[in-house]
Amino acid sequence: MTTTDSPPAPAAPVRRRRSSGDTERGFSRTFRWIATGSGALILATLAAVALFLIVRAWPAMTASSAELADAVPRYPDDTSFLAYVGPLVFGTLLAAVLALLMATPVAMGIALFISHYAPRRLAQVLGYLVDLLAAIPSVVYGLWGIAVLAPAVGPVWLWLNEYLGWFPLFAGGASPTARVLATVSVVLAVMILPIITAVSREVFLQTPKLHEEAALALGATRWEMVRTAVLPFGQSGVISAAMLGLGRALGETMAVLMILSPGFLYSFNILQAAQQQTIAAYIALDFPEASGLAVNALIATGLALFVITLAVNMAARAIVARRKEFSGAN
Amino acid sequence: MSADTSTMDSTERTRALLTTAEPRRRRVDRAMTVLIWGAFALAMVPLVSLLWTVLFNGAGRISLEFLSYSMRGIFGGDPSGGIYHAVTGTLIITGWAALVSVPIGILVAIYLVEYGRGALARSVTFFVDVMTGIPSIVAGLFAVSLFTIFFGPGARFGFMGAVALSVLMIPVVVRSCEEMLKLVPNELREASYALGVPKWLTIVRVVLRTSVAGLTTGVLLAVARVIGETAPLLVAVGVTDSINFDAFDGRMMTLPVFIYRQYAQGLATCREGQEGCVADIALQNAWGAALTLIAIVMILNIAGRLVNRWFAPKLR
Amino acid sequence: MAQRIDVTDVNIYYGDFRAVEGVSMTVDPKSVTAFIGPSGCGKSTFLRTLNRMHEVIPGAYVEGKVELEGVDLYGDDVDPVAVRRNIGMVFQRPNPFPTMSIKDNVLAGVKLNNRKISKSDADDLVESSLRGANLWNEVKDRLDRPGSGLSGGQQQRLCIARAIAVKPQVVLMDEPCSALDPISTLAIEDLIQELKKDYTIVIVTHNMQQAARVSDRTAFFNIAGTGKPGRLIEMNDTATIFSSPAEKATEDYVSGRFG
Repeated sequence: MTTTDSPPAPAAPVRRRRSSGDTERGFSRTFRWIATGSGALILATLAAVALFLIVRAWPAMTASSAELADAVPRYPDDTSFLAYVGPLVFGTLLAAVLALLMATPVAMGIALFISHYAPRRLAQVLGYLVDLLAAIPSVVYGLWGIAVLAPAVGPVWLWLNEYLGWFPLFAGGASPTARVLATVSVVLAVMILPIITAVSREVFLQTPKLHEEAALALGATRWEMVRTAVLPFGQSGVISAAMLGLGRALGETMAVLMILSPGFLYSFNILQAAQQQTIAAYIALDFPEASGLAVNALIATGLALFVITLAVNMAARAIVARRKEFSGAN
Repeated sequence: MSADTSTMDSTERTRALLTTAEPRRRRVDRAMTVLIWGAFALAMVPLVSLLWTVLFNGAGRISLEFLSYSMRGIFGGDPSGGIYHAVTGTLIITGWAALVSVPIGILVAIYLVEYGRGALARSVTFFVDVMTGIPSIVAGLFAVSLFTIFFGPGARFGFMGAVALSVLMIPVVVRSCEEMLKLVPNELREASYALGVPKWLTIVRVVLRTSVAGLTTGVLLAVARVIGETAPLLVAVGVTDSINFDAFDGRMMTLPVFIYRQYAQGLATCREGQEGCVADIALQNAWGAALTLIAIVMILNIAGRLVNRWFAPKLR
Repeated sequence: MAQRIDVTDVNIYYGDFRAVEGVSMTVDPKSVTAFIGPSGCGKSTFLRTLNRMHEVIPGAYVEGKVELEGVDLYGDDVDPVAVRRNIGMVFQRPNPFPTMSIKDNVLAGVKLNNRKISKSDADDLVESSLRGANLWNEVKDRLDRPGSGLSGGQQQRLCIARAIAVKPQVVLMDEPCSALDPISTLAIEDLIQELKKDYTIVIVTHNMQQAARVSDRTAFFNIAGTGKPGRLIEMNDTATIFSSPAEKATEDYVSGRFG
């Protein structure tokens, strides 16, 4: 582990004027260094993840397309590396965004339900039930998606395809087995519900009582109170909650792997089989059998996923952090 | 007389004002209430459906034999064999992951609560949050990238999976332990300093001792979070049908991976009238293992919450 | 527009706890009525029952009758939302909506109705409400700036403007000056004198001088001890309450012997 020197942030310099009152002697000082070192280790780990992925992905990113086509199964002939990753990134984004569009309104509803609508004594227990959704392993979601959800939504997809087929997302031939991106997105939406709910619930609960009462005293109904006082206050919190959910959906592997019938196209036909694939599922599917340059290629796609999720998560966390500073005024 | 009628008028006017059914507003309010209750009900549908399905499909497969045999030498539709190797694998790998993550996680939490200020603390807080969002498969790739540098490209063993899980687990441990340490009132620390106890002993004897129940809860919930992880183990630990207790040598089976592999195996081909052949045995195995896994996760969750409820000292 | 309030035998409960007991009184239209008394005597709680704002607190409920011009506020066909619309309220701490501009704050109550209001009508209403709250001259050049940028006293007058923009019958004020400096307090007190030409005003205050300065009638609330319910001890013209009260407790309180 030669990378531990990477943390970008220098340790906070001990202020000189503290030194007179500095009571740390002997082991206390050592202990401080151990604790601080652990803090730095977090940064080092993240840096190590990035570094090792880059090192191992490098051979694939620099290899010629002929070499890659030789080594990597399903590598399209005569294309650059970007053209190979492109459809995977597209599929990943499409599945995650669809899941987000389905999950966010429902999650906001649940969050409002727990913060402002449910009987107070029940609210905590009901919140715990929603958290249980997060405790269920993704591989079990995959089993459930195939055994229960796919047969249930299959007819719905056929109907959508038949009557709303003019809408680009519903175009193409609908697959009767429903092993399609639409089904995957529904499962992903269920899986990211808890995180979006939890973060939104926290910000909704922080709405100052003063503002809620102000709205009620003006003769607002409960919904109008929510609209005038709670939602504007929680807006940025909900946005970052949704982005955290997006991050989760982007990296989810097993549910996609088990449900989706994969393809490598830039296709919006979410009801049709063999159209899209996500990065995570692609890696999990091919990695156990891969060797040589194929491993590097897979790690390179993993690096792409890492960069995307890192960007999304950092943006979300930055919004949350900024919010904290502003809400200090309350 | 005219005064009377004007009183009557104003009463009626007031009644009209106070009972104004503004039907549109009331309808909107009612509709939103229904929608918001509906959102919660909607979220309960998959939860109930999933738990019921797993229970219904898995309960039939659970038996002493299923829990105490491995899949070694079991082929096709043979309904014998079980998940013992996967359960032990899961416990060993998760145990190692906890062994790595818990000390680091608690130390980082101590750093953030007791020492942290300035740019380093701010960036640690920020990146701990960012780390909670690392996709699990990326953690698996990281472990593979790391270990194959030292042990050659074919290296697959349990500890690799433990490292991958640690990357996922550490931020969770830090977050929950940080919350717990923050709950310890400052008066306790000051009381300890006033007795001349050095800071590190104060942290160990007072802060950690006071919050030990909360820390246990945090650790149990973090274990519950990672014990169901599949993708990183699939790429970093591989699969096997045999029992393996050594996390540093050879592939290991884990429950989540077992579920996936059995599911992926599909139907077995049974000849007409063949004795002891069950066509969908792999799927049954998957459901049985899923029930076992969910039971473990739920026990960890419930234990975590009960520990905190029963053993947490009353701070106020 | 101002209307009278008749209260008969009101008891207020928080769950099992009886917070206020047996209050009966009449609040005259176009006058200022002050509620005074030591903290915890239930005067704020009682004020909230006059526009059903206590229902926001879980477990709180009311027995008895509160009538506005003879209409029981707790009648079966009465809509609590309409009650609050017609009986406005100003709170202890100024609470303009932080995400809205000054103008939108004034219009907040009106917009809830979704009544399409033309831009010129809206501008007129903003001006008349802000003038009514003695705030127009101070903010007329920055109506589009956030309301949270104003000083505390200005924010409180903005809240009053917001309350009167919906044209209520009655304005309730729950210690409206307790978070303000003396100069802002004076501005609000002047404003109250202006407002009583058009509205029935009920004000809860800790400050006896303030009650003496602004109110026409004063009601004194007290509790017998902790855990006991609050009661209305006496109510009379303000001058009488402060010069020759009928009850010993009132005299002790207004002369500063306790509370």
